[in-house]
Amino acid sequence: MATIKKWEYSPAPESKEPAAIANRYELFINGKWVRPTSRNYFNSINPATEEKLSEIATANEADVNKAVQAARQAYDKYWKKLPAAERAKYIFRIARIMQERARELAVTETLDGGKPIRESRDFDIPTAANHFFYYAGWADKLNFAFPNKKVNSLGVVGQITPWNFPLLMAAWKIAPALATGNTVVLKPAETTSLTTIKLAEIIQEADLPPGVVNVITGAGQTGAWLTQHSNIDKIAFTGSTEVGRIIQRTLAGTHKKLTLELGGKGANIIFEDAPIDQAVEGVINGIFFNQGHVCCAGSRVYVQESIAKKFVQQLKNRINTLLVGDPMDKNTDIGAINSAQQLKTIQSYIKIGKAEGADFFESDCALPKKGFFCKPSVFTNVAQSNRIAQEEIFGPVLCILTFRTDEEVIEKANNSPYGLSAGIWTDKGARIFNISKQIRAGVIWANTYNLFDPTSPFGGYKESGFGREGGLQGLQPYVQFVKP
Amino acid sequence: MAKQSRLEVWKTYKNYVGGQFPRTESGRSYAVKNAMGKTIANACQSSRKDVRDGISAARSAWSGWNNRSGFNRGQILYRIAEMLEGRKKQLSDLLVSQGYTAAAANREINRSVDRLIYYAGWCDKYQSLFSTVNPVASAHYNFSVPESMGVVGMLAPANASLLGVVSLIAPCIAGGNTCLILADQEKPLAAISFAEVLHSADVPGGVVNILTGYQQELIDWISSHVDVNAVVCFDQEKADWQKIQENGAGHIKRTFQWNAKQMDTADGQSPYFIMDLQEVKTTWHPIQTIVSKGGAY
Repeated sequence: MATIKKWEYSPAPESKEPAAIANRYELFINGKWVRPTSRNYFNSINPATEEKLSEIATANEADVNKAVQAARQAYDKYWKKLPAAERAKYIFRIARIMQERARELAVTETLDGGKPIRESRDFDIPTAANHFFYYAGWADKLNFAFPNKKVNSLGVVGQITPWNFPLLMAAWKIAPALATGNTVVLKPAETTSLTTIKLAEIIQEADLPPGVVNVITGAGQTGAWLTQHSNIDKIAFTGSTEVGRIIQRTLAGTHKKLTLELGGKGANIIFEDAPIDQAVEGVINGIFFNQGHVCCAGSRVYVQESIAKKFVQQLKNRINTLLVGDPMDKNTDIGAINSAQQLKTIQSYIKIGKAEGADFFESDCALPKKGFFCKPSVFTNVAQSNRIAQEEIFGPVLCILTFRTDEEVIEKANNSPYGLSAGIWTDKGARIFNISKQIRAGVIWANTYNLFDPTSPFGGYKESGFGREGGLQGLQPYVQFVKP
Repeated sequence: MAKQSRLEVWKTYKNYVGGQFPRTESGRSYAVKNAMGKTIANACQSSRKDVRDGISAARSAWSGWNNRSGFNRGQILYRIAEMLEGRKKQLSDLLVSQGYTAAAANREINRSVDRLIYYAGWCDKYQSLFSTVNPVASAHYNFSVPESMGVVGMLAPANASLLGVVSLIAPCIAGGNTCLILADQEKPLAAISFAEVLHSADVPGGVVNILTGYQQELIDWISSHVDVNAVVCFDQEKADWQKIQENGAGHIKRTFQWNAKQMDTADGQSPYFIMDLQEVKTTWHPIQTIVSKGGAY
């Protein structure tokens, strides 16, 4: 099989200037930027260059208390009394300002998190803005959403977001919470706080009543104080299953409601009748989108034995053409790994996979000297019981397994504690409906992968968490049924 | 010596697991007493192994039950109601022996039959009500449908020994789940007799599994078992509810506490109880776009 000709691309760098990142950021509590009680700040770095971008306040327990109190006051004083149609207009405003400041947000997201500018510009930021736009419209229509029920808001919700889609996850959390009439205290992941801080600026600019949204920055301990707070009515968390378990345990026996969006090990299934070029692209997109830092990544590929050889070769050829490097370059396919720690995790899994006896292939690309980078790679000859086939790697590392029959692949795909996503590639409609019904996962992409839309509910089965974000179903975690 | 009359035949109350009525593997039993404190039966004091057997029976039955049509599940739920209606006398005597007044027993049985019929009707309807076609902004067809969670562990409430069990089972199996239920410790006999009703109503073996025993002994095993997807109970002691949720965290189980008082009212039945035990699955598929000079089709 001939290898694909490599194209030379001239650099096409995006400018850093639009990000306008300040030297220091404070906590956003009760509509104001306040210094942290601890007087402590942590550095936020650019994972592609390891250069410091800014320093960010660490919220301690006293700050968490202040933020929760501000949210409670805002709930009682303004937000729950505000007519729903007015609430909607505030949220529409947020969406509009996000659209206006889209370039600033995209550049910031890429500098802070390491994802390719093409992804933050074309996916993260517009989808985040659209999410606010979508939920804004629900605010005054909630009684249509739940047949035969009347709903009320819950009160104050605590939200914790991950580092892989910082602004988008903040939008997924804040937009439905506000639309349903709750007030918010949100803690972003410590390696990627900047776009959430800028979202707080936008919320301030939109003139929301003080305290309706509060953003407290810090590491895991700040999040722990938030989940332990007794004056909170609900926790929404997106992150690892390991931390999800701790939060579920923390909330046990309390009145607090909980939704969890956790890890995954998505099965991406390629049948012999699939359009192979498209399937190869789908597998590439499934695992290398956002450096594989995607909870629903198609990290386990099951390819039917009859086409496995051809498929794997074509996939390897394609991997060699991926452009790895400067996230700010508009041509880059794979940017920087989010943190030194995550790079270590990924490298340790590559070692594990080799030790387990799987065959390893990685792109022949060169990596930048500075920053955290990882070549896109594939393990073949993987066994179902291998750790690399069972555990979430959260990086640009794909595992390929094979199968013969439909029954076999259903069983293998479901043989995982996770159940977030799956892909099916086949030309047969009846097979799509059968396989997609049998697979225990919350999102099924048939002849496509890694698509998201504000109208489309997202969330997992089994140990991938519970509750849905997006769509009509995304309202329910933020409401309670009340007597009509 | 008094004149000999016919000796009454007493019934042995056993567990209901995988469509059979086995004794507990532990060989243990405990005395079930009536309102006067007299022993009226010896119930199985089930063990951890019985819990595991029950869950494994429920897991085996799940795929078949889940793949039945909503229409077929509805027929079977209706059949359960028919069978229960026919056994009113038996259940009523049992409830009365456990301290119900005749009127209260009658009321509870009627409500239980009606509740089964209510949920029989939902089996092929909740999906339409709670599914959505989502208008995504790209050229994709995208829809979300509810699906059963899988195996549900359930703790029956005290003081509603029949209606409580029916209110747990009906929404659970209407939605395609299978379950393991621990009957109320003090008054387990109605639950076990209800198993006979299920057994005669074409409910496939393993879809519903009922154990008797000590809640404090078994609560940990039910709420921490890896193959249980959700746990439902009624107003538990705070410490027990906390324990259930803490155990559930090990495998990210869904945990629900339903309101026991509500069960005896019209609010005790609703498709939202079915939906508590459903997952939502969203499926995407591209839509072909053929754009030519005149437009698209």
